Amino acid sequence: MATDALLSVKGLVKKFGGLTATDGVDLDVAEGEIHAIIGPNGAGKTTLIAQLAGELAPNAGTIAFAGRDVTAMPVYDRARRGIARSYQITQVFKGFTALDNVAMAVQAQAGHSFRFWRPARDDRELREPARAILARVGLDARADVPAAALAHGEQRQLEIAMALATQPRLLLLDEPMAGMGKEESERMTRLLAKLKGEETILLIEHDMDVVFALADRITVLVYGRAIATGTPDAIRANADVRAAYLGDGDA
Amino acid sequence: MSGLDKRTWFVLVLLAGLAVLPLIATATGNEFQIGQFRRILIFAIAAVSLDLILGYGGMVSLGHAAFFGVGAYVVAILNWHADREVPLFGMMLGTQNVLATWTAAVVVSAGLAFLIGLVSLRTTGIFFIMITLAFAQMVYFFFVSLRAYGGDDGLRFPGDTVVLGVIDTENDTAFYYLVLGVLCATLYLCRRLVNSRFGMVVQGCRENERRMRALGYPTYLYKLAAFTLAGGIAGLAGALFAAHESYISPSIMHWTRSGDLIVMVVLGGMGTLIGPVAGAVAFLFLEKTLPDYTEHWMIVFGPILLLVVLFARRGIFGWFLPPEERDRHGH
Ligand SMILES: Nc1ncnc2c1ncn2[C@@H]1O[C@H](COP(=O)(O)OP(=O)(O)O)[C@@H](O)[C@H]1O
Ligand SMILES: [Mg+2]
Repeated sequence: MATDALLSVKGLVKKFGGLTATDGVDLDVAEGEIHAIIGPNGAGKTTLIAQLAGELAPNAGTIAFAGRDVTAMPVYDRARRGIARSYQITQVFKGFTALDNVAMAVQAQAGHSFRFWRPARDDRELREPARAILARVGLDARADVPAAALAHGEQRQLEIAMALATQPRLLLLDEPMAGMGKEESERMTRLLAKLKGEETILLIEHDMDVVFALADRITVLVYGRAIATGTPDAIRANADVRAAYLGDGDA
Repeated sequence: MSGLDKRTWFVLVLLAGLAVLPLIATATGNEFQIGQFRRILIFAIAAVSLDLILGYGGMVSLGHAAFFGVGAYVVAILNWHADREVPLFGMMLGTQNVLATWTAAVVVSAGLAFLIGLVSLRTTGIFFIMITLAFAQMVYFFFVSLRAYGGDDGLRFPGDTVVLGVIDTENDTAFYYLVLGVLCATLYLCRRLVNSRFGMVVQGCRENERRMRALGYPTYLYKLAAFTLAGGIAGLAGALFAAHESYISPSIMHWTRSGDLIVMVVLGGMGTLIGPVAGAVAFLFLEKTLPDYTEHWMIVFGPILLLVVLFARRGIFGWFLPPEERDRHGH
């Protein structure tokens, strides 16, 4: 494993009562790669992401990001250092327009917000980058639509736009295509393909075609344990993985 | 864009109406009611300050009357000491200088809000409601037990106050316009505030606090700042109330008073600033007139409130918005 990994997780354990949702996970994400995590429902993928983002505290283990131990760091601090995420269940500001949503993310990286006087919606420092990012995810035509009125797929794109707007060093994407129709999924796949090589991404995804097409590296999670990590070809050939996961038709 | 026009119209008509109210009262021989109207404006200021945290911040504080009451008590106590020439904290700290007493009211109320917020804002939802209620009741009982300042009988103090050397609060009309001026200034400053970067963060916390943290905002700090600010403005309203009544008792910070403020905000339209002004007018008007028709006026008032909440999500203000804007935030 590369020691200069952007994200380096060692011996991570998370227990919910008697259930071990993360069971001694080691994980390294190299800069610039798309690293996919696959595994059946309930394998502990979302729980892992929540610990990386800082929303859940692990029972044991360490998380190092950009050479710094962030295990005890609060969510917002990690975000400011460059860990951005999207949620399996969409989390946007529903009462705000798409542009407002992204501007809020831009503002998060633009110094403190104890500024009480100038209208934020007229602030070109926030609005222009926000518009550019909406264009990057293909939502520029929907800028002034309230997030609640966007189609499900558009809301998912918006979430990615918000994550990108924080200028992250690492994107944690939790099933970005969850609940999408075929056409929406294809659009999202194209977006992810566009981000490949530009962003470092930890991607959770059920669609194996997408995972094997996009990922540089894949980790297979089963019952909270990382049973294998490797290139797509290596994972495809791995007997354990076939037995535990790929073979059972869950994908 | 016609929605913007309607909104502006609503603000202008409401404020113009309030501006000519004393003239109408005088012309029709109802000068004695100007004091009543002034009382409404004072509660309107408190309601606007609550809207900052309730309507924009999503913080359902059931203790806002405590800050109002503490502001009033600061003015009353300082006046009382100056009048009796009794030392306060071993020093001659009493004063009847309005600038000094009102400033002190704002600072002390804001300080109290900071301390209460420090603890309360660690929680959310029903816990936040209960803990703000508990703190406010502690403050209430603190003043009930302060025998030196009248306990639950309250405190009367000389109210001959001159503001900035010109406005005599003994003059009903002049004092009315002073309060209206403070209300307008509060509305303007709060309008700037909610549209600023800070205001956007506060609204983001209402919309989705978890998302805000994931974007990199230490939400607790921003909410605490908003809570403190709202407490300070409520304290200013309390100071005006003390000058208005020349008498103060703990009953104004009873938790039901905090409930009244919430009702004013919801009735007028949460997260609109101007709405709560209309809400305060409507609430205090109904509270005054309904008992004339029936002693069980709450039975009438309850359903009215329920209808407003169910059918006009933006309260009274919402009636004046085009339908597609009624549910939208951030204006
Ligand atoms: N907050 C929680 N409390 C208790 N159990 C939980 C909690 N969150 C997740 N779990 C359990 O942990 C396991 C892993 O869940 P999750 O991380 O959501 O899986 P995945 O995202 O891979 O589908 C599941 O068995 C789930 O029921
Ligand atoms: Mg999941």
